[in-house]
Amino acid sequence: MIPAAFDYAAPTTVDEALALLAEHGEDAKLIAGGQSLLPVLRLRLNAPEFVIDLGRIDALRGVRDDGGALVVGAMTTHATVATDPLIAQHAALVSKAVRTVADAQVRNRGTFGGALAHADPAGDVGAPALALGAQFVIAEQGGGRRTVDAGDFFVDLFETAIGEDELLTEIRIPKHTGWGAHYEKFVRIAQQWSIVAVAATVRAEGGTIAEARVALTNMGATPLRATAVEELLRGRPATEDAIRDAVSSVADGTSPPADLNGDADYRRHLARVLTRRAVLTAATG
Amino acid sequence: MTKIHLTVDGGAVSEDVEPRMLLVQFLREKLGKTGTLIGCDTSNCGACTVHLDGRAVKSCNVLAVQADGGEVTTIEGLAATYDGGELHPVQAAFHECHALQCGFCTPGMIMRSVDLLNENPDPTEDEIREGLEGNLCRCTGYHNIVRAVQTAAAAGKGEEQ
Repeated sequence: MIPAAFDYAAPTTVDEALALLAEHGEDAKLIAGGQSLLPVLRLRLNAPEFVIDLGRIDALRGVRDDGGALVVGAMTTHATVATDPLIAQHAALVSKAVRTVADAQVRNRGTFGGALAHADPAGDVGAPALALGAQFVIAEQGGGRRTVDAGDFFVDLFETAIGEDELLTEIRIPKHTGWGAHYEKFVRIAQQWSIVAVAATVRAEGGTIAEARVALTNMGATPLRATAVEELLRGRPATEDAIRDAVSSVADGTSPPADLNGDADYRRHLARVLTRRAVLTAATG
Repeated sequence: MTKIHLTVDGGAVSEDVEPRMLLVQFLREKLGKTGTLIGCDTSNCGACTVHLDGRAVKSCNVLAVQADGGEVTTIEGLAATYDGGELHPVQAAFHECHALQCGFCTPGMIMRSVDLLNENPDPTEDEIREGLEGNLCRCTGYHNIVRAVQTAAAAGKGEEQ
């Protein structure tokens, strides 16, 4: 299976990439690591006339410390994010979730920003970014940058706040130093997309949950932040019974998909079980 | 057409390619390196795994133009670029442990196993099984493959001492 023919450019700066986007409009498609796009092109589910490769823009790669936040370049690979010591120290939830993405070969090519911009509801990077209150830096035509909060970034199925003539440059992740973290992913076979997964990070104080942040993967068209459950967890003892009670409403009001892997009720059940496990592990290690 | 320049199995290569050409097609059809196999064509099975700049990637899921300027190692150049010998230690271990039945997944299994051992020279059995999750063996001969990786890891430790 071979993609339909397209023209190709590999700009070396964000400005050049933006100019190409402006020039080619809706005929153009950005390629980051290509691990989701290339299968789509090969199956000819999409056939852009022009492909703009972001792989030569060095400024979009790397992780840096910016005081209260870590800044992850959009073209940083999953493999780099998963093993980066700064991320492990200050945003452990991201390290743990990214290690579950696809398989090693895909993590060596696939990028953190590419996966976030692709916004597959079963992808594993959206929920941790949402739980940690990440901010998304988007390059606009004309050289400006705007910043979008995680709560506004995910708009719908495969749809984000990034405009057609814009591109994602950086993800700013507020530091959660010392917080326990766990990503509980439910799949039935290796290298499967999440049927349901739960991202949880907890600041524990002497056996009590002082603060918790929880987000759900594949329980709707976008990652979902479980803010009501976060409030219920505050001040609870970090025990299985107390957490089970606090998270029992986590699936209320969700509209999870129904497919061959499970119907919506099954996914709601999974969300309750996986949230309990994720929070308990995050709180107690 | 786009001109690309890269190193494949230690040799410099310059070719004109269509931008849509996949790296695996480039290796097989332009360079005749048919040791890298196309299995599923959907980026699931890992039979097409090669090293790009030292890391295992699925060459059916990389455009040849994306590899421009890079260094590619295939199963055909693995031993030669390692120490010039006939077999890389992981190849030798696959042979010794009879880690294949039909052999179709073997080039990809070996290329990913080398990458796995570069990351983690002393993996547990679970780490090997998880580390190879992107490579499917439809003969389901995984036990001997895992043994081969363990054997190669043990041989590597012997070398270091």
